[in-house]
Amino acid sequence: MNKSKRFEALAARPVNQDGFVVEWPEVGLIAMGSPNDPVPSIKIEKGKVIELDGVVRDKFDFIDQFIADYAIDINVAEKAMAMPDVDIAKMLVDVNVSREEVTKVVLGLTPAKIVAVLNTMNVVEMMMALQKMRARKLPSNQCHVTNVADNPVLIAADAAEAALRGFDEMETTVAVVRYAPFNALSLLIGGQAGRGGVLIQCSLEEATELQLGMRGITAYAETISVYGTENVFVDGDDTPWSKTFLASAYASRGLKMRFTSGTGSEVQMGYAEGKSMLYLEVRCIMIARGAGVQGLQNGSVSCIGVPAAVPSGIRAVLAENLCTSMLDLEVASSNDQTFTHSDIRRTARTLMEMLPGTDFITSGYSAVPNYDNMFAGSNWDVEDYDDWNILQRDLMVDGGLKPVSEEEVVAVRSKAARALQAVFKELGFPAITDAEVEAATYAHGSKDMPQRNVVEDLKAAQDMMKREITGLDIVKALANSGFNDLAGYVLNLLKQRISGDYLHTAAILDKDFNVISAVNNRNDYRGPGTGYRISAERWDEIKNISQAIKPSDFDE
Amino acid sequence: MQINEQMIREIVVQVLQDIDIPQPVKAAAVDERPMTLVEKGEARPGTKADEVVIAVTPAFGKFQHKTIVNIPLSDVLREIIAGIEEQGLRARVVRVLRTSDVAFAAHDATKLSGSGIAIGILSRGTTVIHQKDLPPLSNLELFSQSPLIDLPTYRAIGSNAARYAKGESPTPVPTRNDQMARPKYQAKAAVLHIKETEHVVPGAKPVELEVRF
Repeated sequence: MNKSKRFEALAARPVNQDGFVVEWPEVGLIAMGSPNDPVPSIKIEKGKVIELDGVVRDKFDFIDQFIADYAIDINVAEKAMAMPDVDIAKMLVDVNVSREEVTKVVLGLTPAKIVAVLNTMNVVEMMMALQKMRARKLPSNQCHVTNVADNPVLIAADAAEAALRGFDEMETTVAVVRYAPFNALSLLIGGQAGRGGVLIQCSLEEATELQLGMRGITAYAETISVYGTENVFVDGDDTPWSKTFLASAYASRGLKMRFTSGTGSEVQMGYAEGKSMLYLEVRCIMIARGAGVQGLQNGSVSCIGVPAAVPSGIRAVLAENLCTSMLDLEVASSNDQTFTHSDIRRTARTLMEMLPGTDFITSGYSAVPNYDNMFAGSNWDVEDYDDWNILQRDLMVDGGLKPVSEEEVVAVRSKAARALQAVFKELGFPAITDAEVEAATYAHGSKDMPQRNVVEDLKAAQDMMKREITGLDIVKALANSGFNDLAGYVLNLLKQRISGDYLHTAAILDKDFNVISAVNNRNDYRGPGTGYRISAERWDEIKNISQAIKPSDFDE
Repeated sequence: MQINEQMIREIVVQVLQDIDIPQPVKAAAVDERPMTLVEKGEARPGTKADEVVIAVTPAFGKFQHKTIVNIPLSDVLREIIAGIEEQGLRARVVRVLRTSDVAFAAHDATKLSGSGIAIGILSRGTTVIHQKDLPPLSNLELFSQSPLIDLPTYRAIGSNAARYAKGESPTPVPTRNDQMARPKYQAKAAVLHIKETEHVVPGAKPVELEVRF
């Protein structure tokens, strides 16, 4: 056969470098509606669930038991379960039904029933529902700040720029795990240099993550993973109870935290039991609900390549974000990991959450070039900043970011690098040279940075843990070196641990360290003219891009 | 610069990788260098401080013979062992059966390793260097993006593991990062992992392996 030039051109398109697979329901390689998904049912006797989705109590696995005992409101369950799937779906999209009325019903549903409701909805209906159901009225955004060399000066500078651009939460992780204390410290100082009140976390093995939080180096945690089948839990030496214990460890120290889960993780780990990815994810969301945590990061997250490879996978990802909101939890809605070579696909995937708005539209916009993103690349990176800003302007949608000038960016990057240089000096860590400060101020990524002595840095980072350096030591080091404003900001973050106000659902801090959460900024969307509307001030910020020409740019 | 046989082989490997060899030739090369893994019963804790244990997962070399980017597992194991031996230490290979989680497999092996250092490797190529007193999901060095690990990197991993076993603080093997590895390979990784996990035997003890090339 002669080769078609049309097909040759199509084969060369980026989308055809993506991996796709056909559905394989027997092993759970199916996004929604597996023939093995259970049929919804509930039986309650003497105040206890004795049958859940066709399984009697004696046959419960530990996830069934946890959900039955802690995640279902048995006072409304029988009535809610008796409602037709489409009636509940219609409540979700009906602007005349309030968020509170919906959550009341949803809290009485079993995992299979929630899945049955979601199965009746198309993506536009799900977006409509998400706009109403997200917890906090003001949408927001989280970013990743990492680099392949774990260069601390660059982390500080990139964090400062990201904070200036509008991210309210930021997350780092490591290339080499022993660098973790330095990455967390650099993110803390850099973030505050960009804007006081930014919350930071360091994604790590759970014990170390908790320790950094308890010492006040980080302000919240998110990488507490839960799974939808017993085997995957057991593989990680965990149970829903052990995760809940960990959650209470954070709460007891006044630290904000949320769980993480996502479609595709069970099949990725080989234990999906033939169930659909969405059904297993709904079980995870209900574990989060039952554990009493305030929120969840989901939307497939790092497993996005799996649902994205099967039919209706991106719809399932939207459905899981929606389900988190329906269960009255904060949702950090992913959009954080690469899953495609195609700019069209990656934009379409994000509009599902960006247009309705979520508590954190991306829970990992890469605030560094993707080659430096140690979460293996994000769906959005620094080179997309202007695209994101212009999408906000085109659609009059608040995606949480704002246009910034080069002068402002250079100023905060420089300040962050200098502050870290001073803190390293105060604490006796390997010196940060003026040349490094200069390079970090103007760098795009780690390729623009001089190399550091990694072995010396790793020793000092371990030393930081051994010396039990805490947030207060950082406050002192900043104050001693003249960075009084940053010292005050870090101290204010530590004060949150005592007041605990930022433990409320979907809390972020504004530049004056006021808490904005689902309690004092409750989403009251009830159709046109209600809920979150872009203020005149915010609209000015969004629409004033430097690329737009003005009449005054021309000669008279 | 010292020129030795290993280095020449490395260079040859690197050059060959850059040449576009048709698939069948590559497959033939696998058959030319077969690897036999002989099971020798339950693996016992070692007492010699000069050993590094390599933990392979249930399907490694038995049901799966190539990494996610088609590098023969015999070459992978050969390079890791060579990396350990070039530091003057000995490699011992065990198969972990109870899990297909690379962190837990490696951590199990650290408890068998006389030096407390172990390397864990999945059949699709994901690799970790682990140490006995670390939490299971922590590590010394992790190479989580299996499509990016080439043979010189496997050798460097072996070498660094041996240096940790000697009590040294080596510079970590440079981590590679490609944001397009996920879009291209994640679904394939899932299929390979499902196939590997089918061979997990819950509660089974690690098995000592004798490796014959």
